[in-house]
Amino acid sequence: MIEGARWRRWVFFHIPLMLFIVGLLFPFYWMIVTTVRPDNELYRPWNAANYTPFWTMHPTLEHIRDLLTETLFSTWMMNTMLIATVSTVISLICGLFAGYALSRLKFPFAGSIGTGIFITYLVPQTLLFIPLADIIRNFHLGDSPWALILTYPTFLIPFCTWLMMGYFKSIPKELEECARIDGAPRWKAMAYIIFPIAIPGILSAGIFAFTLSWNEFIYALVFLSSPEQKTVPVGVTSELVRGDVFYWGELMAGALLGSIPVAFVYSFFVEHYVSGITGSVKG
Amino acid sequence: MAQVAMRSLNKKFDEVHVVKDVNIDIDDKEFVVLVGPSGCGKTTTLRMVAGLESITSGRVLINDKVVNDLAPMDRDIAMVFQNYALYPHMSVYDNMAFGLKMRKFDRAEIQKRVREAAEILGIYDYLHRKPRQLSGGQRQRVALGRAIVRHPQVFLFDEPLSNLDAKLRVQMRVELKKLHERLGTTAIYVTHDQVEAMTLGDRVVVMRDGWVQQVGDPMTLYNEPANRFVAGFIGSPAMNFANVRITGENGGVWAEGDGIRLKVPGHMSNRLGGHAGKAMTLGIRPEDLRIARESDPAELNLGAVVEVVERLGSEILLDVAVGPVTMVASVEPTNTAKVHEKLQLAVNPERLHFFDSESEAAI
Repeated sequence: MIEGARWRRWVFFHIPLMLFIVGLLFPFYWMIVTTVRPDNELYRPWNAANYTPFWTMHPTLEHIRDLLTETLFSTWMMNTMLIATVSTVISLICGLFAGYALSRLKFPFAGSIGTGIFITYLVPQTLLFIPLADIIRNFHLGDSPWALILTYPTFLIPFCTWLMMGYFKSIPKELEECARIDGAPRWKAMAYIIFPIAIPGILSAGIFAFTLSWNEFIYALVFLSSPEQKTVPVGVTSELVRGDVFYWGELMAGALLGSIPVAFVYSFFVEHYVSGITGSVKG
Repeated sequence: MAQVAMRSLNKKFDEVHVVKDVNIDIDDKEFVVLVGPSGCGKTTTLRMVAGLESITSGRVLINDKVVNDLAPMDRDIAMVFQNYALYPHMSVYDNMAFGLKMRKFDRAEIQKRVREAAEILGIYDYLHRKPRQLSGGQRQRVALGRAIVRHPQVFLFDEPLSNLDAKLRVQMRVELKKLHERLGTTAIYVTHDQVEAMTLGDRVVVMRDGWVQQVGDPMTLYNEPANRFVAGFIGSPAMNFANVRITGENGGVWAEGDGIRLKVPGHMSNRLGGHAGKAMTLGIRPEDLRIARESDPAELNLGAVVEVVERLGSEILLDVAVGPVTMVASVEPTNTAKVHEKLQLAVNPERLHFFDSESEAAI
């Protein structure tokens, strides 16, 4: 908290904070207003007498109805949910064990393997999709959810591994040593002691991985082509922008409904998530 | 109940040789303390006994059985760690019961043993709490409880009191001693605190740079240190040292240095006689220095200038300059010496220590 005169608090704390909050929430506000604005208001020119860009007097749910009935939006949601969940679970399991091994087991080149995994995370997806497209084609996986379920872990596993490595390093190794003296073989020490303590870290990795796969665009755009296979980000942008016609109402309704699951996941786990990022174990 | 033996134990971390040829025999029911400055290899030695550290060469035997290749869980030991290592997601009860559950004890037996241990340690009321809801001292008790419920053959303690505040440390030290007397389990205890080592240990092992310097009961270490390091490490305030040269004149043996000229008493002069003309280190414990009286012979006195007066209540510590060296003398609490005062200190001739200047071994 800023100390001193009242004006200092306003200048250095309250006003910057308000600007930050407005900047952060305005896109969501715009999304909501556009979703419920009727078409005749949406396409009204800016110099019209009754132009009201920031609110509407005639809210309507017609865009949401159109989105759900006239497009394959619910299918896209199901696709996205399936792909994000399965790829997150796969990546989390791999990342959990890899992170544990890299942080706890002594084996040759452990350090360089750790760094190597991190470097693979740094390879941009915009380069990686080209060779991956070839692989997907060779395995005849194109245009199916498996194309994404198997390619998302290419960036999710390094991410989860790296995050879990950091978290495991923050857990004192004496806990595990004590468990081993207490009579637990390594896998039991892992299952009963280390993993339960690492739950905040596991949840953070899971939330991040889920969000990354939920929002992923490039692979989904390249590997999926038929409308009923698409995910929300690709479906909304490719099916609701036809030529130079933007169906703004439906686009925004899609964006709004598409962001609800992620927002839900975040708010549900927010406490664990924060302690996963900031905290380690206090003895 | 168990004997533990370490035979030519060595440990290297890559090229760093941290434990060098350690040989220690620990009897059944004995409480042995490994003590030394940080980095002396005491914790590594303990961890090798526990099985948490691989053994580069040598053997560890428990009850005459080589355990080098046994997993920690199969050695029937219990260890208390410096940071307690309590499982933070489990209640106190579950923390204490974990080892028994892993060993598939039945429920009633687990309950009986945990209750028993909790009563001994006075933590019965906290059994349902999580470790984070406990104070440092209570956590320490839980860590002890977790070790004693298992009824192991050997207890291993790795600086268990060093995270406690000074007062609690003294209290827990006494309780540990009582606990050991009650349970009679063989114990190996690692600490860097020589007071803990002296008060707890039936025998004390002093280590330095990976080597064992001396093994003995506390009073032997104090009265007959094997070398200058042990002499300086054991005892608080530490022993005073001064460089002297041994000379023989007038039919006696003398220790001479800057500002020091002491006649070595008869029984010691025999031992020192052969070292005439050699450089030595003279060691005098602070309590063996007192203010000289008229009747004290001048050949056992040191001329000193008071630099600092530390009043501790039960005694006064005088930091004095004797020639170029600073010494500490422990004197009566009634002493009225002032800073910069010149005075004569008498040494106790029976308790002089001499160490070879090169090898540092006691003469």
